[in-house]
Amino acid sequence: MSAVLDHHDGHDDHAHDHPHGWRRWLYATNHKDIGTMYLWFSFTMLIVGGLNALLLRTELFQPGLQIVNPEFFNQLTTMHGLIMVFGAIMPAFVGFANWQVPLMIGCSDMAFARMNNLSFWLLPVAATLLVVSYLVPGGATAAGWTLYAPLSVQMGPGMDLAIFAVHIMGASSIMGSINIVVTILNMRAPGMTLFKMPLFVWTWLITAYLLIAVMPVLAGAITMVLTDRHFGTSFFNAAGGGDPVMYQHIFWFFGHPEVYIMILPAFGIVSEIIPAFARKKLFGYSSMVYATASIAILSFIVWAHHMYTTGMPVTGQLFFMYATMLIAVPTGVKIFNWLATMWRGSMTFETPMLFAIGFIFVFTMGGLTGIVLSVAPLDIQLHDTYYVVAHFHYVLVAGSLFGLFAGTYFWLPKWTGHMYDEKLGQWHFWLSLITFNITFFPMHFLGLAGMPRRYADYPMQFADFNALVTVGAFGFGLSQLVFLWVIIKCIKGGEKAADKPWEGAEGLEWTIPSPAPFHTFETPPTVK
Amino acid sequence: MISKKLNQWVVAAMLSGWASIASAVGDMPGGPRVNQLNLTEGVTAVARNQYWIHDVLLWVCAIIFVLVFGVMFYSIWAHRKSRGHKPADFHESTAVEIAWTIIPLIIVIGLGVLATGQVVAQKDTSNADVTIKAVGYQWKWGYEYINGEGEGISFLSTLTTPREQIEDKNYGGAGKAKRDANPTYLVEVDNALVVPVNKKVRIVTTANDVIHAWMVPAFGVKSDAIPGFVRDTWFRAEKVGTYRGQCAELCGKAHAFMPIVVEVKSEADYAKWVEGKKKEMAAAMDDPNKEWQLAELQSRGEKVYAANCVACHQATGKGVPGAFPALEGSKIVLGPQDGQIDILLKGKPGSAMASFKHLSDVELAAVTTFTRNAWGNKAEDNITQPKEFAAARGK
Repeated sequence: MSAVLDHHDGHDDHAHDHPHGWRRWLYATNHKDIGTMYLWFSFTMLIVGGLNALLLRTELFQPGLQIVNPEFFNQLTTMHGLIMVFGAIMPAFVGFANWQVPLMIGCSDMAFARMNNLSFWLLPVAATLLVVSYLVPGGATAAGWTLYAPLSVQMGPGMDLAIFAVHIMGASSIMGSINIVVTILNMRAPGMTLFKMPLFVWTWLITAYLLIAVMPVLAGAITMVLTDRHFGTSFFNAAGGGDPVMYQHIFWFFGHPEVYIMILPAFGIVSEIIPAFARKKLFGYSSMVYATASIAILSFIVWAHHMYTTGMPVTGQLFFMYATMLIAVPTGVKIFNWLATMWRGSMTFETPMLFAIGFIFVFTMGGLTGIVLSVAPLDIQLHDTYYVVAHFHYVLVAGSLFGLFAGTYFWLPKWTGHMYDEKLGQWHFWLSLITFNITFFPMHFLGLAGMPRRYADYPMQFADFNALVTVGAFGFGLSQLVFLWVIIKCIKGGEKAADKPWEGAEGLEWTIPSPAPFHTFETPPTVK
Repeated sequence: MISKKLNQWVVAAMLSGWASIASAVGDMPGGPRVNQLNLTEGVTAVARNQYWIHDVLLWVCAIIFVLVFGVMFYSIWAHRKSRGHKPADFHESTAVEIAWTIIPLIIVIGLGVLATGQVVAQKDTSNADVTIKAVGYQWKWGYEYINGEGEGISFLSTLTTPREQIEDKNYGGAGKAKRDANPTYLVEVDNALVVPVNKKVRIVTTANDVIHAWMVPAFGVKSDAIPGFVRDTWFRAEKVGTYRGQCAELCGKAHAFMPIVVEVKSEADYAKWVEGKKKEMAAAMDDPNKEWQLAELQSRGEKVYAANCVACHQATGKGVPGAFPALEGSKIVLGPQDGQIDILLKGKPGSAMASFKHLSDVELAAVTTFTRNAWGNKAEDNITQPKEFAAARGK
């Protein structure tokens, strides 16, 4: 009997064998392996971007210049932004899509397995270009992550490396998105209609379309910067008939949808977690889908609210102000739906739920300051001050990053086959939540009082809050080591995870064993 | 308006007994208060309106916050499994969903209506009494009075905080004590912009090199200064005094070191200032045909160099390797004069070297001569006369 089984297994292994050792990763075509690499890559970048942030916060601990020169300070702020946006947050969500989309729609892998490999392996190349740019003459680009012309035209060769890096990351994103769109639209298990898809899959489908629409726009903008720098064109140089403000229009036509690219998948993750731990179906599933789609569509017509001080005409300011305010409506719908899901549920508060609730709490605060900033006459006071820095960290760190943490804890048992250490997870949550607020809440005050962002040094009156912010930043940075500890501990061992470790969780991913075998859903399941 | 007591209380709670560094200097006159929590009340109608619109928004946000999170935390408390709560099974209600789409929409429309008039008012730069062009340079502001009383006046406005106070790194903290007692640290200049009180002042912004932004919170004003384009904004200051702001758009390494200081004077004082400034400018005017001596040009040039060039090329003339080229031993500085004249007037496209054509012929000739004789430099052609710049400009 055993010989028969062995033979059978051997046959299977032969048909679906995969390389071992380093080849397993370099030649990876398996969505789970690639997802794992995406997640480790983005965590590494989170640490690198975080070190940039801590170094610049150290300089800002006290007035005066103690550690770095202003030109190096500007490199730090720029690289912090570029690395966090393109290296940490975006790849992390693609990692989630790789792992979860096939498991959640019941298909065996991503549609284009080899392209999947390429879109991952482009990223370390781009990251190396970015980090190495610190070492070239003149250092890394110091033009801000927005790379505004003409400042970016002035920069040294570090700028060229950054442009190439962003190009490569853009190519990676576009390939990743095409893969996700094709997988979702063509490879769903029989019976899984679009409106039966889990919300995480829906949000990624919409996000992938946003990425395909706007990454080429960014590529165009930075290519024009490149040719202005080296080939004598004058796209953004008034003396040659160009226009510096045109750069901003093009950049933010990419940049605002980009903001939603970084938050919509987090909405999806939270929409999976809240029902699971409230033991109650998601409230208003279809309105969640429509709200996500409306946010995505509106994101294309609000870009110039980043540019109220560039001297737009009255009608322009009014249009972008009204359009921006409108986004509050679908965003509100999402928050109300989550609350209604929790309402009269039967809740427990394991780490994923804590991060999901933390997400709603802090993300909503970022949303409220977003409404304040949308009001054009007020934005004239607040634009380019620390108020804006506070606002976008509330939505990007407490929004996207907390969403990623929530999702990691939620699916970690499925990925590793072990339960994570619940106590450590809760420590991670509470430390992160508290230190996050110590870091970013005082920034609202600094901004209201008029402290401009991207400043290497500041007047004495801002000293106390800056000191407090720096202390908070170190606390927040160190808290993430707890996260690393939890992950490593969970990979190495721990309580064996059940196939469905969460009582209220629903979805195809919980019907397969934990850890998920190398190949899953080779025969598609049927969804009723 | 947040009362002073409340402010102190909130700050004390946040710092939780931590020694305040900021309170040692006191509030900045015309700038931020120590640990200021809210927008400045300002001295213009625009700033005051922004202040109360912000107040309204803060209340709206506070109410939404309390309602939403009141519901959420009640639910977290009441509907938990540990209290034995059994899950309900509703998951849809068209009526509720329409309600929470319509109500936010109405709130948002209300806010839009509230802000619209203010958008229009802030953009209305017509019928100004005085028009001043503010030009952003890396890294200082230049002001030119182009219309109204004071027409023809122009000057540059540069940070006066000594480097000892800023660069602890390079001065071993020698200026730290002075910095800690300086209420206008980083927001003080040699020549403040001077404007009359209760007059509509239109500020036209533009820039010489990269984008800067001209900001004065007390006036509720911020306008990008864009090279090659002009934008405008306006204010009518209602109180005599000094008001301060800083550059708000990242413009390179000294972004934090190009503040804006505006002195608002009574009408009589303003007229006096205009008269004095015009005399001063006439006296400082250089005779265009004068043939200058080497020593004269060198000593004048050293000053011009310190004010315009030193940030990048450094006092030693050695520049910053990789970022800013050295002038000591530079081929352009030691070679024929035409090359140096050309780069000073036109800048070097694609680099941080901007055009310095806003300096006078005498200043440019002086700084050229200075660099050709300073440090180890001994250029063959070691003296440049102003008329050579005048000729080059004509080309």
